[in-house]
Amino acid sequence: MKSHLTPLIAWLQAGPMMLVFALFFLLPLAFVVTVSFWDYNEYEMIPSFTTRGYADTFEGCLAELPGLCTILKTYLETVKLCFLVWLLTLLIGFTVAYFLAFHVHSKTWQIVLSLLCTIPFWTSNVIRMIAWIPLLGRNGLVNRGLLGLGAIDAPLEWLLFSEFAVVLALVHLFTFFMVVPIFNSMIRIDRRLVEAAYDAGATGWQTLCNVIIPLAKPGIVIGSIFVITIVMGDFITIGVMGGQQIASAGKMIEVRLNALQFPAAAANAVILLGVTFLIITALSRLVDIRKEL
Amino acid sequence: MAVAASLELVQLTKRYGPTVAVDGINLHIRAGTYCCLLGPSGCGKTTTLRMIAGHEAASDGDILLGASNVTDLAPARRGTAMMFQSYALFPHLTVRDNVAFALKMRGVDKATRHAKAHALLDLVAMDPYADRLPAQLSGGQQQRVALARALITEPQILLLDEPLSALDPFLRIRMRTELRRLQRTLGITFIHVTHSQEEAMALSDLVVVMNGGRIEQAGPPRAVFNQPSSEFVARFIGGHNVITHQGRQIAVRTDRLALHPASATSASALRCTVTEVEYQGSFVQVALASDTGAELTAQIPEATFDAAPYAIGAAVLASWDATAAHPLG
Repeated sequence: MKSHLTPLIAWLQAGPMMLVFALFFLLPLAFVVTVSFWDYNEYEMIPSFTTRGYADTFEGCLAELPGLCTILKTYLETVKLCFLVWLLTLLIGFTVAYFLAFHVHSKTWQIVLSLLCTIPFWTSNVIRMIAWIPLLGRNGLVNRGLLGLGAIDAPLEWLLFSEFAVVLALVHLFTFFMVVPIFNSMIRIDRRLVEAAYDAGATGWQTLCNVIIPLAKPGIVIGSIFVITIVMGDFITIGVMGGQQIASAGKMIEVRLNALQFPAAAANAVILLGVTFLIITALSRLVDIRKEL
Repeated sequence: MAVAASLELVQLTKRYGPTVAVDGINLHIRAGTYCCLLGPSGCGKTTTLRMIAGHEAASDGDILLGASNVTDLAPARRGTAMMFQSYALFPHLTVRDNVAFALKMRGVDKATRHAKAHALLDLVAMDPYADRLPAQLSGGQQQRVALARALITEPQILLLDEPLSALDPFLRIRMRTELRRLQRTLGITFIHVTHSQEEAMALSDLVVVMNGGRIEQAGPPRAVFNQPSSEFVARFIGGHNVITHQGRQIAVRTDRLALHPASATSASALRCTVTEVEYQGSFVQVALASDTGAELTAQIPEATFDAAPYAIGAAVLASWDATAAHPLG
């Protein structure tokens, strides 16, 4: 009797989440993929099968080879940006997590300091970005300070509305997404392993490379997935901090949407999804995430 | 393998703020000795071991290994190796890489360090498991790997922190025998921390009983068992009754007590009431409450007890031979 019911109960328990997942993720995704194959004109979508959305996106790409067409350039730019942000959030996030896990011994302080890391999330994205202006603007704090010190003769133009500003804002925002999973992995490392490594004559650096990094890898990969998926699709931060001058994959979708070219926008979204999925798959190869959850 | 060296602790002290964990202990351990540090939790035995290993800095005093003073050296430069409680094997490395870890840190090339690892795995009969991860091994197997890992640096002294406490009773006794055999084969000094008097008795050449950061008694197990130096040792080592008799405190082994009917008289005896009788196989354990309020235990051989059994509540005279009474300092 019991053995008959067990699978049913399991399905029932998983049911609500499955329903939410299907309704709000799988279904919209199916729509996007479907619409990406529809036709369109200036003011409406036409439900018929065509690859025009994709063809328009890659227009002229073959002709321009070996040069890069707009979309490839844009994706290259986005991937480059994504890589930069990933590298910086990883370096900073790993360091912060390491400090929290191995140098802060009191649980209370670990919690207090972790909460401090969440401060960037206490205000909305827009306000946070506007707040960079008095700091990085032409007459901002940084430029005035440097001018006052005599370090520069004229205000630095690249501080705001530049790639630098975009990377700065994204790193500031997403480092926390690296800190949490890496910290979570590190806190589970048995302290005696570090001692055992020391006993075996490992230097601090050797312990880091041979013991701590391999054991923190799941956290590193999960954090990387967070950062990469968010940055690949971002268009607001890149738009505002880049002064609307920097092209990105997300921005391209927005432009298509504004032009009411939904099928083309959907096609772009599917391409972005594919690229992100490829990166994540490559990362997942490095570690079995299911083992860690 | 490595040349065995003697170890000497001189006024070794560890303070944590105002608390004194280890209080100026002096100890000489000859080369090739199996030494057990025995004591209840918090007695300073693990702290002492960790200071010898170099994982805890000594607040005062010196640690001399052979001719050199190693008090301020890093663990790997002392000639000691530690086997950690619950083994601390690296979960992401195979058995082979775990054992070869110390050599990898020294920059030994792969072929050499793997050959060495295999030789040691062979010694602990774990070579067939070289490619497994620690999680795929049983407790006893993990312990052997941990042993092999500790031995790869050819230490002069192997330090073992409660090595058997994570094993089930059956395996504990088997691994105990293996540890002893391994120590004999290698000829190096083993220092083994334990809170089990049985373990210490079975293994050691030298038992060091510690209490409250001090050494209560150090000596061969027989000497410690038959001539406990203090009430603490007599009680902790077990198998003893601590009796106040004619104004003096004496220790009498539980198997040296004899029971007689209440009508008997003896100069060295206590009048008691039987409170519990437990059959233990080859002997019967009789719990007694003396008229003076002390609690005693007598181990009576099965045949002797059967010849003159006593029921719970019976009044008896518990006597001992004058030579079996060991005065406590």
